[in-house]
Amino acid sequence: MSTAQAHSSSHSDSAEPIMQIDNIVKEFSGVRVLHKITMDIFAGEVLGILGENGAGKSTLLKILSGIYQKTSGSIRFIGQDVEITSPANAKALGISMIPQEFNLINSLNVFENVFLGNEQKKGLLLNKAKMREQTLELLAQLQTQLDPDALISSLSVAQKQMVEIAKALVNDVKILIMDEPTTVLTDHEVGIFFALVERLKARGVTLIFISHKLKEVKLLCDRLIILRDGYLISVDDIDDIDEQDMARKMVGRELNQIYPEKVSAGQESVLKVENLNIAKLLHNINFELKKGEILGFAGLIGAGRTETAEAIMGLRHSDSGTTYINGKQVDIKTVKDAVACKMAYLSEDRQGKGLVMNFDIIKNISLISLAKYVKGFISKPAERKQAQHYVQMFDIKAASIKSELINLSGGNQQKVYLAKWMDTEPEILILDEPTRGIDVNTKKEIYHFIQALTQQGVSVIVISSELEELIGLANRVLVMREGQIVGELAGDDINDQEIMYYAAGLKQDSAS
Amino acid sequence: MSKQTKIMMAPPSSPMQRLARFPWGTYAPLIALIVLIIFSALASEHFLATRNITNVLRQVSYTGIIALGMTFVIIAGGIDLSVGSMVALVGVLCVMLLNHMGDGWYSVIMAMGSAIAIGGLLGAVNGAIITRGKVASFIATLATMSILRSLTLYFSDAGEVVSHNSLFPEIGGGYFWSIPIPVWVFLILAFICHILLNHTAFGRHVCAIGSNATVASYSAIKVRWVYFLTFVIAGVMVGISAIMLSSRLNSVSPGDAGLFYELDAIAAVVIGGTALSGGRGTIWGTVIGVIILGIINNMLNLLGVSPYLQGTVKGAVILIAVLAQFKGDR
Repeated sequence: MSTAQAHSSSHSDSAEPIMQIDNIVKEFSGVRVLHKITMDIFAGEVLGILGENGAGKSTLLKILSGIYQKTSGSIRFIGQDVEITSPANAKALGISMIPQEFNLINSLNVFENVFLGNEQKKGLLLNKAKMREQTLELLAQLQTQLDPDALISSLSVAQKQMVEIAKALVNDVKILIMDEPTTVLTDHEVGIFFALVERLKARGVTLIFISHKLKEVKLLCDRLIILRDGYLISVDDIDDIDEQDMARKMVGRELNQIYPEKVSAGQESVLKVENLNIAKLLHNINFELKKGEILGFAGLIGAGRTETAEAIMGLRHSDSGTTYINGKQVDIKTVKDAVACKMAYLSEDRQGKGLVMNFDIIKNISLISLAKYVKGFISKPAERKQAQHYVQMFDIKAASIKSELINLSGGNQQKVYLAKWMDTEPEILILDEPTRGIDVNTKKEIYHFIQALTQQGVSVIVISSELEELIGLANRVLVMREGQIVGELAGDDINDQEIMYYAAGLKQDSAS
Repeated sequence: MSKQTKIMMAPPSSPMQRLARFPWGTYAPLIALIVLIIFSALASEHFLATRNITNVLRQVSYTGIIALGMTFVIIAGGIDLSVGSMVALVGVLCVMLLNHMGDGWYSVIMAMGSAIAIGGLLGAVNGAIITRGKVASFIATLATMSILRSLTLYFSDAGEVVSHNSLFPEIGGGYFWSIPIPVWVFLILAFICHILLNHTAFGRHVCAIGSNATVASYSAIKVRWVYFLTFVIAGVMVGISAIMLSSRLNSVSPGDAGLFYELDAIAAVVIGGTALSGGRGTIWGTVIGVIILGIINNMLNLLGVSPYLQGTVKGAVILIAVLAQFKGDR
């Protein structure tokens, strides 16, 4: 996977590239996340960028739009070498990025947002009439009916996107970068978006967009580049590649030895969820977890995996649903109930939902299980001894057991988080993105620990966006898409392509 | 993207390094107090007189007791602006009740019990508005501050309420082992609060919700209940303070009683090193903060500084304390 394949490009003979990217490298504190990316972008084309989470798509686009600075390499834009030093600088050059989370101010209206930071003035005062007029003109060009005086907070997501695009056009954009523009849209709105892309192309705007939806990519793009692990894997004309190829190129890598040997699970059902529904988020979720099993939950971001876990744990209100633990129906309304049922949930948001960052290791570990250490007052020696036990067991590295969590590295924080929940002695452990932002070595330790737990009879659910992780760990994988479980894979059937087919909507089990 | 390579801190090898590692931020209030005492003793020969010291301690005990309750509220991430008005209302009701029941120890004890209960109840009202009604504590207690003051004036008809009980003044004016009773009460309550904050699950939970309420709720802590209880504690402390204050003066003047006590209490908590953003703080820090404020007032009087300038000095001390903390956080 060293270099890109030969660039197949029908453009090169006819058109001059608007942007030439030459050997771009990006490192974060010494770790290389982009490896010598070289590619051309042609004026007026729609370029798709595909890749798994962590493949380097966003990093690349953030470099192009000035949010990150490249470590080495050069960029040529309209025949000149450029250094893109900031988003403002990129904007001045004519490169704009529309992030997934829109940058609009809800309390201002449409034209004020369109001209934000670029206000037209008449003397000292704002020239509102002119801004309003120009906004109307832009919206007309986009063939969109929007009141320039409407408040952003009153708009639908698709309309907000329209405002973002208008905002980019005000700056005379030449390259417009969009990060997953359609994930937030409904089917109808996606239709509108497609039409808009055509109109932008007609204006001569070059579009670059990230998507996880292979079908969409096929429909929208002229060319497609695929990244994997920070390497440019391929550049294809869209007619030369089909969706199966895309999926294969995105994930094609070998599993290495960081995963423990799989052990088959028991037959007893420890957790059974029936008919779980949350309006607009989850539809009819049914699944079963066996004793000693590692059950993977795959799917794209926003597919409803975290919501499912939170609903089971009593962290989220569900509209319907029955939970059985060891065959007995239980009513879990709060986390406390879930803890009483010997369930544990490690959130994907370690710092925001998992750990008290200004508490030390001891206090974090005992936070949920504190009652164990209270005999009238908290027995601090007992608390400390138990924490010491976990520090040794997980090999937690810190200056002292009294170190505040903020001073620990991500991997060590995750170990403290695990210890915190292990101290409640769970029988069902739900891990949401357990290795996000963690180095390979700690990942390996965590995988082996999970495996060891199952041997002690603990059943584990792993929610992960890293396919490799699920393939390496899970006995069984459920794939979710748009709030539904769309597929189930077990044993040797668990592979990247199958999971991708289900997750991207190319395949669906009829049963659910 | 790995940040795994953790630089382990080397054990201190020289006295200088040990000095650098000393947690100055934690002990800053104590150091400030010691410096202040030394300075005061040098500046005025009257300062160290027993009579002066007991007076200072007695003066600070009223706001000190309130500041203890305020410490819980602030660590939990809230603020209570209504405590000053609450002191006045509870004081007025306490004395009125006392007069209604007549003379004797029985009435005194009943009135005191009622005062504590009313304080707790008013705190619970604050807590309920904030946790059930989901109103920011600043706004909710700003409103109750106004309401309670106006109710005080209404019940007392804006006139001073004087106790007719001959035993009542012995509570706030009395001595035990030649230390004023309010000072004893303050110190004993401080000890109890310290235990509550540092050695019980409740105290741990207060710190957790103040630091990150989401983490706390994901950790099976009843966030709203704990937050509610901090306001009840603040109310109970106000009730006790109101007893001490009204029995010391043997009367309550509804317009001025407890005026600006909320500011003194908050100032003491902040000077004592508790973060206004919540999540961390100590009771002994608050006790020191209270005493620092008291000594400053006392010294300004002893040195004959214009009373009009005392607010300036107090404000400056608060600013210095907060700036020092801010640096310590870095």
